[in-house]
Order: sequence, then C-alpha cells, then structure tokens
Amino acid sequence: MGVFILRRFVSAILVMFSISILVFLIFFATPGVDPAARIAGRSATPQVVAQVKHEFGLDRPLPIRYGLMMDHLFIKQDLSSYVNVGYKVIPQIEAAAPVTLSLVLGAAVIWLIVGVAGGVIAAANRGKFIDPLIMFLGIAAISVPAYWLGQVVNLITQSKLHSSIFSWVPPSGYVALSSNPGEWALHLLFPWLTLAALYAGIYARVLRAELVNALNEDYVRTARAKGLSERRILLRHALRCSLISIVSLFGLDFGSLIGGAALLTEVVFGLPGVGQLTYTALQNLDLPVIMGTVMYGAFFVVLANAVVDVAYGFLDPRVRLA
Amino acid sequence: MHAVDGLSLSVGRKEVVGIVGESGSGKSVSMYSMLGLLREANVSVTGSVKFEGRELLGLADREMRVLRGRDIGMIFQDPMTALTPVYKVGWQIAEQIRAHQDVTKAQARQRAIELLGEVGIPEPHRRVDQFPHEFSGGMRQRVVIAMALSCNPKLLIADEPTTALDVTTQAQILELMGKLQDTYDSSIVLITHDMGVISEIADRVVVMYAGRPAEIGDRRAVIRTPQHPYTWGLLGAVPRVETKRSRLATIPGTPVSPLNVPTGCAFAPRCEHRFEKCDERPTLRGDGHLDACWLTIEQKVHLRAGAVETGGHA
Repeated sequence: MGVFILRRFVSAILVMFSISILVFLIFFATPGVDPAARIAGRSATPQVVAQVKHEFGLDRPLPIRYGLMMDHLFIKQDLSSYVNVGYKVIPQIEAAAPVTLSLVLGAAVIWLIVGVAGGVIAAANRGKFIDPLIMFLGIAAISVPAYWLGQVVNLITQSKLHSSIFSWVPPSGYVALSSNPGEWALHLLFPWLTLAALYAGIYARVLRAELVNALNEDYVRTARAKGLSERRILLRHALRCSLISIVSLFGLDFGSLIGGAALLTEVVFGLPGVGQLTYTALQNLDLPVIMGTVMYGAFFVVLANAVVDVAYGFLDPRVRLA
Repeated sequence: MHAVDGLSLSVGRKEVVGIVGESGSGKSVSMYSMLGLLREANVSVTGSVKFEGRELLGLADREMRVLRGRDIGMIFQDPMTALTPVYKVGWQIAEQIRAHQDVTKAQARQRAIELLGEVGIPEPHRRVDQFPHEFSGGMRQRVVIAMALSCNPKLLIADEPTTALDVTTQAQILELMGKLQDTYDSSIVLITHDMGVISEIADRVVVMYAGRPAEIGDRRAVIRTPQHPYTWGLLGAVPRVETKRSRLATIPGTPVSPLNVPTGCAFAPRCEHRFEKCDERPTLRGDGHLDACWLTIEQKVHLRAGAVETGGHA
C-alpha cells in the first residue's frame, strides 16, 4: 500500500510537470501570436512590450523561457499583472484560494451526506413511494442552474423575507475562518447549499443505480444465504462496493470545483474566490493571471485525482496490484 | 408462468439428493424459493417447505435468516463472483459465524482458519488475510464451501458447485464434499446438469424437466434402469470410455420455455416415443422409483433396450 501511494504521487508530480509545459507552450509558443503583446495587455506602450520581452526572456530559446516562467511563478513568485499594474499574481491566488476551498469543502460535505443518504434510502425502498420521490427531487436539483438558484436564494433571504424569518442571514461576502468561525459558516451557509444541490442530486441518482446493480450481484445472494440482515447486506456489502464509483465521481467534481468551476456560485454570492479571479482576468485578457489560475486549477485536479486513486486502493483491494 | 410446478422432494438425514436437468428446468429456482432467496416482488411460492418439521414458507424474514447460514448452508455455481470482492476471505467467513454464534472476533477468525484448513487450502494462517481475487477458481470454491460449513449446517444446498471449474478441480471439490459430509453429518441437495456428478455422490436422484419432476429414485435405479425417456437422453449424453461411438447422443430440440409449457407431458414435443395419451399431463407413478411417463413398464423395458443401445435419441 505504501509503495502504491508513493508511486501514485510520483506520477502525479510528473503529470503536473507535463501540464506546466503544455500550459507554457499554449501561452508562449502558439504560432502567429506575439506573447509579449498579449502579456502587456490591450493598450500597452512599446516600452512596456519591450520590458515584458526582456522579463520573460522572449528573445531567448524556449527551454530558457520555460525556466524563467517557472521561476516567476513558483520560486520568485513575482509574476505580475500588466493590466492592473502592480498586482502580483501569486498573492492574488493565495488570497482567493481559501475562499474557494471553504466554499467547495463545505458544499462537498453537504452533498456527500445528502447524496449518499438519498441514494441508500431510495435503493432500500425500491418500488415504494419514497424511491421515486427522492429521484424526482434529485432530477429537480440537477435541473436548476446554480446562478438561478443562487439568485432566488438571495432574493428570498436578502430581500423578500429578510425582515422576518431570514433576518439572521448576513449580507453576501466572505469572512475568513481565522477571523470569526461563526460568521464564516453563516456567510457560507447558503452558498454551500446552493452549490451542493446539483451534486447531491447527481450523487443520489448515481448511487441508487449502483446499489440496485450491486444488489443483483452474486455476492449479495451469498450474503443473504449467510443469514445476514438486509440492512447489513445493503450497507456493508452493496454500499461498500458501490462507493468506488462515487469516489471517482467525487474526485473529478471536487478537483474541478476547487480549480475554479464554482465560478457561478462565487459570483452570485459575491465570494472573491478563484473562479471569480479567473473570470475577471479573462474579461481583461490578463494573461499572467490566467496562466497562474490555470496552473493552480490543474494542480488541484491532479491532486484530487491522486487522492482519489489512493482512496480507491483502500476501497478496492484489486486496484492495489495494478 | 410456472417456473417450477408440482415438485415434491424429501431429504433424509445424511442423505445426498441430486437434482438434475437442463438449463432452465427450474433446479435452482426451486431451491432459492424454498429459502426465500427470490426477492422479486412478483414471485409467489405456494406449497409447503418443512425443515425438521417446521414450515418455512411464510416464515418472517428475520426467522428465516436465522436458519439460512446456520442450519442450511449454500454453495453457489460461480465462485468467481460469489464472494464480496472488497473483503478478506477470513473476514467473510467470520462474518457468517458472528451472525449466528455469540463468539468474539478472535474466536471467529480462529474458526475461519480451521475451516480453510479443513477444506484443503494450504497455509490457512496466511490465506485467511487474502482477498478473493488472490485465489484461483477452485480455491475460491473451497472458501465458499468453508463458509457454508462454518456453522455446521444440517442441510447443504450446492447449486452446480463444480460447473464453473475445470475437470480436475471438479473431481477434487466433489471428493471434498463427500468427505465433509461424513465429518459434518450434513444432508446435501446437489443441483447439477451433469449426470456424471450425480453418479459420483448422490444417494437419490430427481430428474427435472420444464420445472416438473420427470423421474425420482435411488441413484442406482435411475442410472441402471431409467424409466423416463428424458432420463434416457440425459444418460446417453454422458461420454463413456468403453463404447466406441463417434458422436455423443443429444436430445433433439431445445427445452420448452416456462412461458409455454404444453398442457400434457412437458417433454412430449421432444420425445420420440410419444403417443395419444401424452396430451394428458402424467403424474408421478411407481413404487419408490417414480416417473412421470405414460408408457407401461413393459414398453419402457423394450424401448430402453433400443434407446440405450443406440445412445438415446441419435
């Protein structure tokens, strides 16, 4: 198992390295595009373009350019934006990352609990009233887009019912966990629920399908022949085997959300996270910031996948050999 | 539709009863239904199932559960899929022991190691902590047998326990079951489509066709003097060393669909000895050795001589 984990993380590092090269090539070696002009921004003076050229070594060979870029990004961490002159990229990402992490982690806890519970309850009550009810709620949650749900939640909690039952809801924004944990949770409660709704719906539906499949497996028949209770068969045998697909789904969703896919929720609730940072950078064509957030996003997707693979190893002994 | 119809069967203490028939003849379904292992909402089981004088049909699931695994053990056809892939085999055996007996985890594990040794798995101390995928098919079937035996069941139901295994392993598993039956004093119901397996270990044989019993009798009687034309066909399909025959006999046609069983004798459409009477459904007749065929004893003796000579229906 130790070897398996080590091997998995070594390969994750190699993947990260390849991604950094790929991202670098896209930004700096796309034929017909002058990277200096792009980095300098739309209305840059020739002096600024020349400065960029020098700073990124654009007149030198590609491998050196790559080294300089990585130096700016990770070692000196002084890559700065030319659109908003003076803003450094790395500190911006470092400020935005905790917001996104708080949002996605909290939502993940909610959607995992709700999704797994929903899937298990629906599968245990196949053919009864509660099963189609849960599945309908799931499809409803999947169908509602986050920006619409978020706006409705805002409308209700901030405006329509703010004077009565939702008077305790703070105005949108973010309070750091370190400064006030209670306020942190209170500010994030509705963003969490909004973001979790879609995923809870997906997970409940996927898990129900997996469980129904698993309950038709031979090993479940063996478990029944052993005289185990239906509850134990469902939870210890069928659910345990079905969790494998839930975990792989979770790795993909979690990685991409941390990497910026929670953008809509962040924008609707005024949370200054990575998604919003990327969004603004894209609007301004702020290339250094875009590059920084792309690297950051790739990092979390790769990391999440590595963690998921290790979790696989714990859940499914057959994976450890591979 | 009737997947199984009119089957009546008794198993004595320490007796080995073999149920034989083609695929889809209702062998497995009849056993699963008796134990409440058919969970589909639209399955109905009628009749009576008695275990040590106690009626099993209609028993609450909780009471049935106590019997399953403790008094009645089961071995399944495909050992590759019969074990939960994510748990160690020792854990799975211990799980069953702990479901029925008040023992500690360590005791259950110790018992699992003993059982693995008894069913002929080398190095049980090490193997107990391995996962199913680390065992070969034959070894997995031994694990399944060890599990079925873990609570000293009085009745063991083996559903084609050797079908998925290669021939040498088949012989070993059969030998093992025979040996364990002696040690544990269990009765065995052995479901198979292989007359060869039946002739190895069964005391009594039930031949099934289309969900109905075609012939019931002692192994010796059924194999030496089969009464039902279907049994003749089954016996003709067993390869023999001593006879020089270029082709193995087959029964013409395919088994009838349970959706479409004829009103008369179910085997009549494939039987070359059918006559007018076969439009009426035959009942099981005979003294000790029962069969459901309208032919008279004399006719059977005469026809069988020919049938066995030419190897059933060529």
